[in-house]
Amino acid sequence: MKVRQISIFMENRAGRLSEVMQLVGDSGVNIRALSLADTSDFGILRLIVNDVDKALGALRKAGHTVSVTDVVAVEVPDRPGGLAGILVPLSADGVNVEYMYAFVEKATDKAVVIFRFEDADAALKTLKTVGISVLSAETVASL
Amino acid sequence: MMNQASTVNYWDSAHECMPVAELRELQLERLQKTVKTLWNKVPYYRQKMKALGVTPSDIRSLQDVQKLPFTTKEDLRLSYPYQAFAVPMEKVVRIHASSGTTGKSTVVGYTRRDMDNWSDLVARFLVAGGLTSQDIVHIAFGYGLFTGGFGLHYGAEKVGASVIPVSSGRSERQIQIMQDFGSTALVCTPSYAIYLAEIMQNMGVKASDLKLRLGFFGGEFWSHLMRKEIQEHLKIVATDNYGLSEVMGPGVSGECIQQEGMHIFEDHFLVELIDPSTGAPADPQKGGELVITTLTKEAIPVVRYRTRDLCAFLPNPCPCGRTFVRMSKISGRSDDMLIIRGVNVFPSQIEEVLLGIKGIMPHYQLVVSRDGALDNLEVHVEVSEGFFFDEMKKQQEFARAIEHKLENVVGVRARIKLVEPKTIERSEGKAKRVVDLRKLT
Repeated sequence: MKVRQISIFMENRAGRLSEVMQLVGDSGVNIRALSLADTSDFGILRLIVNDVDKALGALRKAGHTVSVTDVVAVEVPDRPGGLAGILVPLSADGVNVEYMYAFVEKATDKAVVIFRFEDADAALKTLKTVGISVLSAETVASL
Repeated sequence: MMNQASTVNYWDSAHECMPVAELRELQLERLQKTVKTLWNKVPYYRQKMKALGVTPSDIRSLQDVQKLPFTTKEDLRLSYPYQAFAVPMEKVVRIHASSGTTGKSTVVGYTRRDMDNWSDLVARFLVAGGLTSQDIVHIAFGYGLFTGGFGLHYGAEKVGASVIPVSSGRSERQIQIMQDFGSTALVCTPSYAIYLAEIMQNMGVKASDLKLRLGFFGGEFWSHLMRKEIQEHLKIVATDNYGLSEVMGPGVSGECIQQEGMHIFEDHFLVELIDPSTGAPADPQKGGELVITTLTKEAIPVVRYRTRDLCAFLPNPCPCGRTFVRMSKISGRSDDMLIIRGVNVFPSQIEEVLLGIKGIMPHYQLVVSRDGALDNLEVHVEVSEGFFFDEMKKQQEFARAIEHKLENVVGVRARIKLVEPKTIERSEGKAKRVVDLRKLT
């Protein structure tokens, strides 16, 4: 139950983010979640969208450097300690998190956390064992 | 007007002021000997001669040098390390190497007689630029495989000056030593001289606190403007000298106190100017690529070495009385070599490093600028999908890996800037590889 995430290489200069957003918007793709990691020179923009292939097509056509990474979307109870309840068993099983970012679902009392694991399959196994639900790509796209 | 000739000092007036007709005779005799040696002792050059159907007996006049094949840096690289040597190793007393890709630098050797000639030629330009045995010479060139440090060192010792082998780096200490030791002559690259002047200012040391009176600068191109700046800030007479390790090192040519072009020591080097694209002779006054044939080198004689340095020959004899032809300051390169902080850098070396990281070649551009007096190299690398990592850590490691490898292989520290695809300027589909923002002319 992995979700495809788009990463975009971006130079750290004024207006660049809005240009990319414009491009994705113009292609009729809706962004479900995003995160931006940056340095003084460049940044990596990560997007979860409702139509990965359409977004990829538009970005590549415009000459952007993109890549697709499998991430895992986990529903986290929106209460104190919610995230810790997920991280603790993962850590106990020695599963490393490369990076993560969260967004709050509109119509529920849950938050969604996007995880990039070093080993997604190992992570999925642990999550399944401890009974934590993982969202499918379709579910994420329709959030 | 003061009679300049009466104040001129020579190291070796018998040769430096030799009547031109005699000089040409001496050159021809030495050229024939050099060609014979190469033919007999250096297989790669003999092969090159055979390919053109030339034998040593075809060299009957100085013009006949044009019949001989060129020697390129690549020829010398392929001869790595000792194949270009014309003498057995027991005759070699010194080895130097030019900066270059590891394992591909050009290695040069010197016999005892070569060393003697080399220090003599360095002594010539030092004396021509005003040095005497009274001087205290501060050498801030690096000592090592680079020919600058040792070349100037032995020449200055030969003149009888007191030589301080400070070597490069630790600028504040350099100034302290100049102050405490009473250095009267400074030897380094021209950009380092400017840098030292800036450091002096920061330290509150004035030119009048030092005893410096002369500067001998080489190892990189510099403009008349830079000379003016150096002379004003350090209150010295600054002269230019030229050389390259492939033919010897510093001491191929040097300015006299007239500061009007560098006298080429023609009794040891036969020079031509060619059109770099065709190899045909160029109008000496319009200028072209300098081609040098060594006339006395024993360990590694080279014939028609293509220096890739562009210059012109100056007409009319120099008021100093030396009969040797003078070359202008180097105006540029016929290839794309850059000199960064005195280190020769070829875009091809950088390509090799970039290609080596992931086996594919990213688009790149070298941006050279001058920050104060020091050169700065930035390598812009376009991040295409082959070089894109979703993880920041890996992306940064990629940049660090290039930086690290560049420093190891090319010998200069460069800053890697990762840029978006298609952002590096392309002209006619070809990427523009080098942007040099330094104002050197």
